[in-house]
Amino acid sequence: MSLLFVIPGPLRELAANHGEVRIDATAHSVSEALSLLWADCPAIRDRMVTELGELRPHINIFVDGESIRYSGGFGTPVRDGAEIFILPALSGG
Amino acid sequence: MPTTHHVTPRNGDVLLLVGTTKGLFIFRANKGRGKWEMGGPYFPGSAVYAMAYDGRAGRHRLWAGPQSMHWGGLLRWSDDFGHNWTNPQEANVKFPERAGAALKQIWQIVPGRDAEPDLLYCGVEPAALFVSRDAGQTWSLSEGLWNHPQRSRWEPGGGGLCLHTILLDPARANRIRIAVSTAGMYVTEDGGGTWRPSNKGIRADFLPEKYPEFGQCVHKVAQSQHQPERMFLQNHWGLYRSDDRGESWIDIADGVPSDFGFAMAIHPEDPDCAWIVPLESDQFRCTPEGKLRVYRTRNAGKRWDAMTKGLPQKDAYETVLRDAMAVDSLDPVGVYFGTRSGKLFGSADDGKSWSTLLDGLPPIVAVKASVVSLPRARKGA
Repeated sequence: MSLLFVIPGPLRELAANHGEVRIDATAHSVSEALSLLWADCPAIRDRMVTELGELRPHINIFVDGESIRYSGGFGTPVRDGAEIFILPALSGG
Repeated sequence: MPTTHHVTPRNGDVLLLVGTTKGLFIFRANKGRGKWEMGGPYFPGSAVYAMAYDGRAGRHRLWAGPQSMHWGGLLRWSDDFGHNWTNPQEANVKFPERAGAALKQIWQIVPGRDAEPDLLYCGVEPAALFVSRDAGQTWSLSEGLWNHPQRSRWEPGGGGLCLHTILLDPARANRIRIAVSTAGMYVTEDGGGTWRPSNKGIRADFLPEKYPEFGQCVHKVAQSQHQPERMFLQNHWGLYRSDDRGESWIDIADGVPSDFGFAMAIHPEDPDCAWIVPLESDQFRCTPEGKLRVYRTRNAGKRWDAMTKGLPQKDAYETVLRDAMAVDSLDPVGVYFGTRSGKLFGSADDGKSWSTLLDGLPPIVAVKASVVSLPRARKGA
């Protein structure tokens, strides 16, 4: 039972320079899964969410290929072995 | 990512921190200020509105508040002029849960007085003041200002509801003034416990009541370090002087092409001398008549003179934002400003003549000038 997080380039410095972080644990939701990631890599938390606990507007999270914006947000179910991608959105100027 | 260049300032050099919407650039020159070297870009892709040089207590520390569109903002510092920057594990400037707010942007960082070398202040959006008493290791919200009963009626200006100006009164340790767009100026006499508005005489053209107690859209305020009673204020419509530490304000806009503008700087020694860059109306917000003119007063606003030598006087529709002008502490004074179109200008003679330091930076949002004071190396060390 494990979860695989794919870490974007700008955050890898905060994940011991790893592009992927595997956590041997079970989570029922994205919220629980992220808590496990943040326990291992605490500096990533404030880069992903605001003080109000909201996902920053220009970050996307995909669970097994589906954006959580369309699958229940932080409450999105997570299966054993899920791949969770953290990606900066296509935005800029 | 772009290649980052570094500069290595020496004792007595002038250091310019230039914040842009795409990162921080550092310029250095010797005291002649004729030839400039550039370092950066640092934090490429992040907007940097807040920067400071802290030379207190033997430090030579640079502060910056990069704001990433994706990853948010936090304060970072460098003790080697940008070669290395801290990257805090936890966002160091953040609202406590009880505040029910989230940081949008860091707007200002100001080192405390020389006698308080571990004290720093930080102004942010949504409008709030943060204080550090341990040289920036930890920060806490100024609850007195945050809980002010008028705060719920503050309104955001075009740049957001930002606390953009922090003035530490050189004559009294517990007196601090801050300015918020749009709330106006507030002052504390007890180090931040209690605050009161301080806007007597400042106009608010956009409100039914033209001289309210608070709610003015103050763009920038400057206070003399040698005569603290003397202050200048650039308002959203209105140019003012105070001779009583900001308790009351006098309109001094005669002789300028517009009393609208953002940037303002005061002479480090002469309390009668200040510089501004007037802009045409709050609709257009560009230099009037396509002429880039810095206006200087040397008699506390009785007369303003256009400083144009070396500045484009044709088809120059430029915008200089509230923090994009700064002065150094040399004699004659160096004056510097950057434009939203990425041009950086400097004068080494009180503004009489100007040269282009660089044309082609990203939009410039902040300029800070300092004279580097490094600890002297010991003989035989």
